[in-house]
Amino acid sequence: MGEDPAEGLSAALRVEALEQLLAERGLVDRAVLDGLISRYENDVGPLNGARVVARAWTDPGYRSRLLADGTAAVAELGFSGPQGEHLVVVENGPGIHHVVVCTLCSCYPWPVLGLPPSWYKDPAYRARVVREPRTVLAEMGLQLSKDTRIRVWDSSSEVRYLVLPQRPPGTSGFSEEQLAALVTRDSMVGVALPGTPA
Amino acid sequence: MTPLDVEGAAAPPRRNGELVFAEPWESRAFGVVLTLCETGALRWADFRGELVARIEAVEQSGEPFRYYRCWLDALERITVAHNIVARTELAERGRMLAARVPGHDHP
Repeated sequence: MGEDPAEGLSAALRVEALEQLLAERGLVDRAVLDGLISRYENDVGPLNGARVVARAWTDPGYRSRLLADGTAAVAELGFSGPQGEHLVVVENGPGIHHVVVCTLCSCYPWPVLGLPPSWYKDPAYRARVVREPRTVLAEMGLQLSKDTRIRVWDSSSEVRYLVLPQRPPGTSGFSEEQLAALVTRDSMVGVALPGTPA
Repeated sequence: MTPLDVEGAAAPPRRNGELVFAEPWESRAFGVVLTLCETGALRWADFRGELVARIEAVEQSGEPFRYYRCWLDALERITVAHNIVARTELAERGRMLAARVPGHDHP
């Protein structure tokens, strides 16, 4: 591969060098970059996905549209952007539980969940959840009954998945906002269940 | 290294208790990829291919796995492979930045 530019340089210097060179070529604008990073640090996160789930729980028409075309349905609520182009929503139900992974890297539906947590990128999760999902989920605190079938969805550069969890019992009469507060990031990846009302 | 201010106004943003980026350079490397993809200078699928290859190489080598290291390696490799920057100028610029007078090393 020739001379290694990384040799002896910290990651911070490597990024700075690259960013400078790209800026000089007009390929990166520092202000645009700052804005973009701030958006992912502050605005784009699992709350978007929670709103989607809460809407699906309260509006059967929306639920149907969400399951038919995830990308279009989340765009209805104003959520779109990179890594969300082909969003497929998989619905948990009695006897079936879905869990999402990206075995090769870290593909994840950014517009609805933000950036992935570190365990999602971890080699152990990526390798093991496919081979022994029940064990991995139990280790993460989710005990599923033997009768529940587990289906693992491997994300790719083409398709991202979002789990539509089951609505928790005891929530009839809850507003969309109250419901959204029960929906965690982990429940939308399928490694946890949504919260239950206090 | 100053301990992170977890509670106060300077607290870094967290998602379900986890930092989105552990260090500032990670966010810059992330942002550079997104920007290049948005402007069409890079295709996401090409970057992802390189990222997958780096992750696989690190996993097989038994080196400690650090996700954004793989990301940065992939970013350097793909920008060099697509002739967006040259490997030698990356190294030169990096060395130049490293040689700055302390205290003047912030953009």
